[in-house]
Amino acid sequence: MKNLWLILNKYNAFFLFVVFFGLACYLVIQNNSFQRASAVNSSNQLVGGTYEKINAWKSYLHLRDVNTHLAEENAALREQLQRFTATDSIVQGTVSDTARGVQYHYVVAKVTNNSIHQKNNYITLDKGRIHGIEKGMGVISSNGIVGIVLNVSEHFSTVQSLLHSETRISAALEDSRAFGSLMWGDNYDSRTGVLKDIPNHVKVRKDELVYTSGFSLFPPGILVGKVVETGLSGGDSFLDIKIEFSTQFHNLQQVYVVDDLLVDEKTELESQNDDNG
Amino acid sequence: MAKVFSYNVVRFIVLVMLQVFLFKNIGYYNLATPFPYLLFLLLLPVGISNFLLYVLAFITGITVDAFYDTLGVNAAACVALAWGRIIFVRITLQTDQYENYMTPIVGTVSFRWYLLYVFILSLFHHTALFLLETFTFHQFHYTLTRILLSCIFTTIIILLFSLLFYRKKQR
Repeated sequence: MKNLWLILNKYNAFFLFVVFFGLACYLVIQNNSFQRASAVNSSNQLVGGTYEKINAWKSYLHLRDVNTHLAEENAALREQLQRFTATDSIVQGTVSDTARGVQYHYVVAKVTNNSIHQKNNYITLDKGRIHGIEKGMGVISSNGIVGIVLNVSEHFSTVQSLLHSETRISAALEDSRAFGSLMWGDNYDSRTGVLKDIPNHVKVRKDELVYTSGFSLFPPGILVGKVVETGLSGGDSFLDIKIEFSTQFHNLQQVYVVDDLLVDEKTELESQNDDNG
Repeated sequence: MAKVFSYNVVRFIVLVMLQVFLFKNIGYYNLATPFPYLLFLLLLPVGISNFLLYVLAFITGITVDAFYDTLGVNAAACVALAWGRIIFVRITLQTDQYENYMTPIVGTVSFRWYLLYVFILSLFHHTALFLLETFTFHQFHYTLTRILLSCIFTTIIILLFSLLFYRKKQR
């Protein structure tokens, strides 16, 4: 015990470093969403990977049962099929389309804090929960896309800017209507981004305008930017297109938060096709 | 003793204010960002106890973090710097030198020692800072470039600052 104490005392610089550094790292992982997400993710991947391996082995043991079960089910289905092959009149009903009213609602907000020099940039707005802002809403400015609402408090909200390594927005080219995902990419310039996943056969011209596709949180047809360089392809079947943002991130003042009134219905429906691999 | 204390309090306030209001907005694209607030930790008296040094480093980091919205990142980096400082001082200075309340600044120490001191300690700080900020080894060469360039940037600005605190050689 005495020796242990002596060692701790002799190398106190190192042990104090470990204590304080551990405390700071704990704070980092607890309080920063990206770091927490990647820490949790990597541990989940480890656990998940192990389970997957075990399940793959386990499934072999049940193959005989599964086979007999499938055979029985086949027989039952075949029996049912006999009844349907006899009749051939197919009746289709139509459902009248309810005209939708206003789908998007806009909340005007002022930028109270902004950054463009970090690897992951965030913006703070002066509108919060009591103004109807919720997590995950899109944010646009008068001349382009700004980002996605990340966190909301009573009177303020923070926005994950388009200048963030994790932000992806669905965008489409003006002429061909081909859509891809827009991201900041790995450049350090707040004026340009990359449009990925446009197939190789699509003809892209310089200065072609890029709009939102309407597949993500943003209404369709909002200007995103224009093409400055085409085909940065890495030799695969997709083009990487360099885009100049129409949003001026360095002097952002007033923005609009887009409230998609039908978003819950849409996500609920889409969550049902969950087996996407 | 009281003088040393008050000097350091003023230094802390001035440097943190400059960092969060001025230097936060200065940068060469994303590649080089200066962090001259760590001059406060560099100029603490040589004879300071290890525990107090770590506590001060932690508090400084947390204060800067509060303004940067990255709770813990700067604190961890400052703690790394404190460790580096303890090692560096123990290796390069004589025992009798680090028992008093000398401020390690040009004038009391040689310029070459000071330059090395600033550069190596900012290297400690920036390595911890940028690795924790990106939190991935993906694109490691990019992170490495950022660390080196920021280090050079910080060192230059700290040397300029040191002119402010410059003291004539005490004989």
